[in-house]
Amino acid sequence: MSFPFSLPSNTSLTAIVLIYGLLGLASLIYLFQKQRGGGSDELAARLGSWWVIITLMIVPLMLGALPFLLIMSFISFVALKEFLSITPGRMEDRPIVVAAYLTIPLQAFFIWLHAYGIFLILVPVYAFLVLAYLMTTYGKVERFLPSIGIFHWALMTTVYNLGYVSYIMFLPGGCNGTAGNAAIVLFLLIATQLNDVAQYVWGKSFGKRKILPSVSPNKTWEGFIGGWATTALFIAIVGPMMTPMQFPESLLFAALMPLVGFIGDVTMSAIKRDLGVKDTSSLIPGHGGALDRLDSLTFTAPLFFHLLVFTSYGPFAMSCS
Amino acid sequence: MSVLQIFRKTIMAVVCKPIAHFWFGLNLLHKERLPENGPAIIIANHNSHLDTFLLLTLFKTNLLHRLKPVAAADYFLKGGFSSWVSLRLIGILPVTRERKRGESDPLQACYRALERGDILIIFPEGSRGAPEEMSNFKTGIARIARQFPEVPVIPIYLQNAGRALPKGKRVPVPFVFTAIIGEALTYPGDRAEFMEQIRSAMAALKEEAPQLKWPEQES
Repeated sequence: MSFPFSLPSNTSLTAIVLIYGLLGLASLIYLFQKQRGGGSDELAARLGSWWVIITLMIVPLMLGALPFLLIMSFISFVALKEFLSITPGRMEDRPIVVAAYLTIPLQAFFIWLHAYGIFLILVPVYAFLVLAYLMTTYGKVERFLPSIGIFHWALMTTVYNLGYVSYIMFLPGGCNGTAGNAAIVLFLLIATQLNDVAQYVWGKSFGKRKILPSVSPNKTWEGFIGGWATTALFIAIVGPMMTPMQFPESLLFAALMPLVGFIGDVTMSAIKRDLGVKDTSSLIPGHGGALDRLDSLTFTAPLFFHLLVFTSYGPFAMSCS
Repeated sequence: MSVLQIFRKTIMAVVCKPIAHFWFGLNLLHKERLPENGPAIIIANHNSHLDTFLLLTLFKTNLLHRLKPVAAADYFLKGGFSSWVSLRLIGILPVTRERKRGESDPLQACYRALERGDILIIFPEGSRGAPEEMSNFKTGIARIARQFPEVPVIPIYLQNAGRALPKGKRVPVPFVFTAIIGEALTYPGDRAEFMEQIRSAMAALKEEAPQLKWPEQES
């Protein structure tokens, strides 16, 4: 019997069962609290949204590389749209907005072709240059630099950096043993979101000393360090099971990824604070906008990808090392 | 329910709402303040034809037959297919903008609709105006509210529809729409006081929206 798609590996299946198990447990605890008169609506919305987010990622991931590329492209579109909608763009730049959206299918096309070299330079070099050039063609120079800066920043975070998540599915298949590429994507997503949640829980439970009060007033040293330790432990142990990384080098991932996730989170907070917005939209009940959920991932995805290619793949990610 | 109403609700559920959520996007604040039923009067700032589209998609689909966007007869009823779309499909309530001597009150249709329990959607600025700028509200809204002091008037601040499709442009560009629902107002018995209530409510809602401008630079 042949399936139109490959069956998920045992590694991926185990991870998926554990994710849904954990979420189910959290939901049961919430329902138990609610019966005793506790549990906030905010928490209910947050948990409900997690069921949707996780399913929305896992189903395409199990269907294969192309469905996952398509859903990630749509997520990039939503995040880019949110970014351009909360920033003070000029009315004249509507054609540039269209051009910015068009980089998403273009980049997806080159990822689909496994054109790693083109993927690497498409947005950071060519979209960078072409958009700036296009902006000169209608001759409006007032606030030229902040306006093009918004586009560059939006494209780098929401299109290019998130593109790395999709590209994992197009890495040479056999390099991860029988676990497959989907397990690598799952690992990146779990580690990034675990770091967000662990920082939040440690901070909520033990947080005292503020870490960056003018940027992110709720973040504390206790949350940061607790989250770091939790995520690092997870990466060091689970990383070698789900990805091609091996034990001593998994310590490098363990040390860096929680730190970079934190930096992604506070960087987006700094931008939102500058713009005077709390959430990037109301798309995800209990979470805010897509960009609020993706902020850490826009920083962890490229770092994770490069570390992985550097340690476990051949030149241009064409072969296993 | 007539065939037309079923058709309208189907289009709303399978075409309009998905477009509003996925092609554009919604940043909807204080959703719980939207009226669950008519009669009610919705007032909003106006920068784009997409404003009406956006407001219609905010409500539950089964309220669609109650929603009546009040629109200028001279602009939207030029005859032919577009008139049919405006009147039957979108369900506008046409009013004449110029009141001629000796004619009956042009807002009669609005009063009848409220008596039926409809939800009026009114853009008190009168026309769309400059992109993403709010102009003064006209006082016709006070005349309607005075006749129906018990009907809630709900102000909504809209943002970004004017960026997605500004006046004079034909191609809509995807942006996330912000819609901030205000607390219900009722007519206080005085026109000037009512207009001031509306003005300050809209100003407060605007403060809750993304500012879309850089903070003033200190030189």
